[in-house]
Amino acid sequence: MKIIRWVTGLIIVALFMYFNFFIIESNTLIKLINVLLFSILFVLIRVIIGRTAADRLVAVDILGVLTIGILALLGLFYNESFFMDIGLIWALLSFIATLSFAKILEGRSLDD
Amino acid sequence: MKIKTRSRLIVFLLSALVWFALTSMKNWQEVFVGLLLSLLVSLIAGQFLITTEKTKHLFLRSLAFAKYLFRFIWEMIKANFHVAYIVLHPNLPIKPGIVKVKTKLTKDSARTVLCNSITLTPGTMTVDINPDKNEIYIHWIDIVTKDYHNIDENTATISAKFEKLLKEVFE
Amino acid sequence: MINEIIGTVLICAGIAFDFFGVLGLVRLPDVYNRLQAATKCVTFGTAGILLGVLIIQGFNAFGIKCIIGIIFIFLTSPVGAHAISRAAHRAGIKLTRESIVDIYAEDKELKESSTN
Repeated sequence: MKIIRWVTGLIIVALFMYFNFFIIESNTLIKLINVLLFSILFVLIRVIIGRTAADRLVAVDILGVLTIGILALLGLFYNESFFMDIGLIWALLSFIATLSFAKILEGRSLDD
Repeated sequence: MKIKTRSRLIVFLLSALVWFALTSMKNWQEVFVGLLLSLLVSLIAGQFLITTEKTKHLFLRSLAFAKYLFRFIWEMIKANFHVAYIVLHPNLPIKPGIVKVKTKLTKDSARTVLCNSITLTPGTMTVDINPDKNEIYIHWIDIVTKDYHNIDENTATISAKFEKLLKEVFE
Repeated sequence: MINEIIGTVLICAGIAFDFFGVLGLVRLPDVYNRLQAATKCVTFGTAGILLGVLIIQGFNAFGIKCIIGIIFIFLTSPVGAHAISRAAHRAGIKLTRESIVDIYAEDKELKESSTN
């Protein structure tokens, strides 16, 4: 059972990599951004199936850090530096949101 | 100079540095607003950065910190290859559990850096700290010690390499 | 020219580690293991991407913002992981069945029984 799931995942990832790097004709940076967007799809799977609230919290935390990478690559593609401003603010807000949600999950109130 | 004044001065210099790094500094208005804002920040939240007297010369401490940084980056690269091996293996070779280690560091800043470096190095993550008994609870993804209730053995395996270096930096 | 090659290699390595971390987030069995894999790999991978962008761009406005981003990620990401794991353990989420020891829960039971 485990082996079947592993092989299925391997086939999906290999198909995506093949389409991304050999079929689509585009800039190299855009292809790299596509890989990051594909990994964000996995994070969204974890947000949807979840099981517990802490799982979803972990996924949202990771999503914030991945977004900084995407914004840096977009800034490199358009050769503009203001994308990194958005990234820094995003990191700050996502960190504060993670801490406050963890506090709520623990059962304390925010002004404790 | 009192401790609070020194801490506020350091916060002022750091926030001014960040402002001048982020703006282009074309005219005098930006410089003026930056200085004003860093003054405000250092007056409101400046006294929390440094709370104890300094013990050693700054140069020696930066040298020890550089040594710690190289060790940390090397451990971190090892940690990433370890996680990549676990994730790509079909059977997921994990043996997780929460163990306990002891620490000799007493300052809050030293403990924070120790916990952060434990979290980013191979297979371990800090869960909680007990400040009265100087104990740290650590989630370990692949326990290698035989007797996992033995605190000394766990300490020697997990945190001894950083603790020796951090003692030179902070105390 | 050499800058661009080194930067591109760093960016590719960072993206690969990001992808491994996200795979760990999907595959591993419980919250604590997921948190370990995701925090380590995604922090290191994103720092690698930012370092690659810094090497390609040089020390202009973009590069300095990348340095601030790297310092910020390294300071905040372990703190977030620590907060989530402590909150999950106190909220009563159990470890997975494969785990062999949980000294934190044992100590907590001991403390509660001694105070009562």
